[in-house]
Amino acid sequence: MTPDASSTTAAAPRTADDARQALDAHLRGIVRWHFSPETGTPFWLDWAKRTGIDPIARVKSVADLSVFPNFADESLRVEPLERWIPAAYKGRPFTIFETGGPTGMPKQRIGWDDYKIDYEQFSATLSDADFPRNGYWLMMGPTGPRRLRLAIEHLANFRGCSCFFVDLDPRWVKKIISARQFEQARAYMEHVVDQAVTILTHRRVDALFTTPKLLEALAEKISIPEAGIKGVFCGGTTMEPQYTRFLIEEVLEGKTTFVPTYGNTLMGLACHKPLTPEDRYSITYYAPQPRAMLRVVDPDRPERLVEYDQWGRVELTTLTKEFFMPRFLERDEAIRRRPCALYPWDGVGEVRPFGASRTTIVEGVY
Amino acid sequence: MSLPHFPILRWGEAYQSLDVETVVHFATGEELCQVSQANPGLIARDMRQAHRAREALRAIPCDELCRRLSRAADLFIRGSLPLGSTTQSPEEFVRCQSATTGLPEHMCRFNMEKLRHVLTNLDAILGSLTRGLDRGILTRGYGEERGIMRSMQANSPVLGMVLPSNSPGTHGLWLPVPALQIGLVLKPGPLEPWTPFRMAQAFFEAGLPRESIGLYPGGAEVGMAVVNHVPRTLIFGSKATVEQYRGNPAVQVHGPGFSKIILGDDCVDQWERYLDLMVDSIALNGGRGCINCSGIWVSRCSREIAEALAQRLGPVAPLPPDDPGAPLAAFTIAAQAEGINALIEAGLAESGVEEVTAKHRGGHRLVREQRCAYLRPTIVHCDSPKRALANTEFMFPFASVVECPQSDVLTAIGDTLVCTVISNDEKFRRAAVDATNIDRLNLGPVPTTRLNWLQPHEGNIINFLYRERALQIG
Repeated sequence: MTPDASSTTAAAPRTADDARQALDAHLRGIVRWHFSPETGTPFWLDWAKRTGIDPIARVKSVADLSVFPNFADESLRVEPLERWIPAAYKGRPFTIFETGGPTGMPKQRIGWDDYKIDYEQFSATLSDADFPRNGYWLMMGPTGPRRLRLAIEHLANFRGCSCFFVDLDPRWVKKIISARQFEQARAYMEHVVDQAVTILTHRRVDALFTTPKLLEALAEKISIPEAGIKGVFCGGTTMEPQYTRFLIEEVLEGKTTFVPTYGNTLMGLACHKPLTPEDRYSITYYAPQPRAMLRVVDPDRPERLVEYDQWGRVELTTLTKEFFMPRFLERDEAIRRRPCALYPWDGVGEVRPFGASRTTIVEGVY
Repeated sequence: MSLPHFPILRWGEAYQSLDVETVVHFATGEELCQVSQANPGLIARDMRQAHRAREALRAIPCDELCRRLSRAADLFIRGSLPLGSTTQSPEEFVRCQSATTGLPEHMCRFNMEKLRHVLTNLDAILGSLTRGLDRGILTRGYGEERGIMRSMQANSPVLGMVLPSNSPGTHGLWLPVPALQIGLVLKPGPLEPWTPFRMAQAFFEAGLPRESIGLYPGGAEVGMAVVNHVPRTLIFGSKATVEQYRGNPAVQVHGPGFSKIILGDDCVDQWERYLDLMVDSIALNGGRGCINCSGIWVSRCSREIAEALAQRLGPVAPLPPDDPGAPLAAFTIAAQAEGINALIEAGLAESGVEEVTAKHRGGHRLVREQRCAYLRPTIVHCDSPKRALANTEFMFPFASVVECPQSDVLTAIGDTLVCTVISNDEKFRRAAVDATNIDRLNLGPVPTTRLNWLQPHEGNIINFLYRERALQIG
């Protein structure tokens, strides 16, 4: 077996049933891949041996994912990287990606082509009017060891052009905010935004990726539509309805198109359902099924889904030939939302840090 | 029936947020109103237009603004003013304010009257605070007085106010500001949207330009946005907040008062003459204000004074908020009262500190109710200024009677907002006049709670909003 992109080229499912069947079929293929000695991943092959569970025989549908416990992300910190290389990728150099904010030993995910596939799929959701082909991009946000940096550059390349970068180190931001050094945090944000303003003043840029807070700070300095930005692709922190409305109506002056996304190094990129007036600016994200699946589960009994329109903890399952990660409990909570015409599977609404209703969480500018 | 809704006012224009908080009755939990919550970015964006607030006010002469504000006082006290899709009468206002702040209704009326007094006496107040300055100089920026060129430059087109939830009387501080042709950016306390909104409506009806007022309810981050984006802001906070902004010319912090009464050696033996004054200073308006007395400092007779105060205040107990004699305000967050009570108990464990009220109270200091709590008056005797409870302030009738030699007292009292010095000893009075740790000084038997609005309060607002500078015309 060799890596293939069948799941990326198959026709998009039109109904929830189609989507479920496509996901189950994809899941069976991925489980077979990671648990077969000729293609599989050492970490998962050892797991099967240790537990005596044969996932190829047991996992036929999403419901059967319960054979796996919730994925312990600590293993992404402590396991040697080689333990995550599927046999079929052996000998092929890989890229090491790290997760965003926390300090200390970061979680690391290795990869080859996943980020390209994810962002090519995402590209298909962007309109050419808002994100013109052959137009320059600017990324203002966390670059460094993050997947996002290569992904955005690939997106720009894939759409026929190139990308400028202004870096923001989220680990430093978290550190200074936790130490209540708000002046320093403000000064650092200003430093980052000033660099973006310089680029936008001297170069023609059509599309922007940034975080909500940086977008807001940028609009304090310049008019984003007047700077020539036609579309903004944005993600990284909570966007509550009022805040989303503020970004669309005021920061982007109702002129530049706003594309919010939810993603991370472990998942890829969840797209949002285009907002309608009935949504009242409440954003719902849909995982890039079947390559990743998001569910909203009861935080106290994570094997159970919450009802639609109820809050719960976000659970991520990643299903690619490069990386298999079942039932990982994200540090986020969300409202379980119904499938929609564009994405006929469950969505996650109004994502925010897990426990946000009970405590203040440091999100910083990222 | 739908609840009244307080929108955000963006330079007078109503803006309904998608983020809405419901404010409830402190005792029953009944929902009383909904309040649109601003996100901090709104303030940053609106501040780009702040100059328009001043321009609109500058188009109206200061004297005319005083007249309009005086009309607003009448509307505030007597009028039915817009609230959401309906209107609110003064009596409804009192009931609602009491229901969310925990302040008894008669105290809410008293505070309304205080605000009316400020607005109807603006001419005199401004005359005094500006030392008779020709107000045309504020409008033009310069002008000659008695043949001398004077120039006053506004430090900011608007004043930011981050307001508290628990002390409606503090609104008096911002009322004179529009008459100085400076706009307002108000962030109401979460439980007290009533006064800023009603006052804004009264201002509009009296003819103040709508674009001169912004009103941004919201959480702590909205308060921070006001501080960060408005060039001059007045905030209320703890001792730590005072320290945080010390030396920052853009922020004036109104912190705890630690207000005190000192009986000089020549008067202390006649302390009984001043007992009413001491009781009033400690307990008026629920003992919540920074101008309420939290310490009686004497060189002798301290035990007798403490005992007499305890006899008067110890039996005072909570009454329903609509009772015209209700003496105490409720803590709408019961945990706050519990925390204060624990602090007092910890302080009482120190040797040399004794609670005198306990035996007169007939019950616990902390009175827990279903959704709120009360703290009953507490008088503590301290044998030395070194005791932890000797110089503390809590938001209820609490005072320490502290024994301290007169020779040390002016230093030992530390920072004091209002200090009433009862003494005929000229040398001691002069020392009190010179004591820079005292903000408002009362020489003689004046209750700490009696404010003369013709005098500055924690700094002259004129000096905060305007800078006097040189200007020459060639």
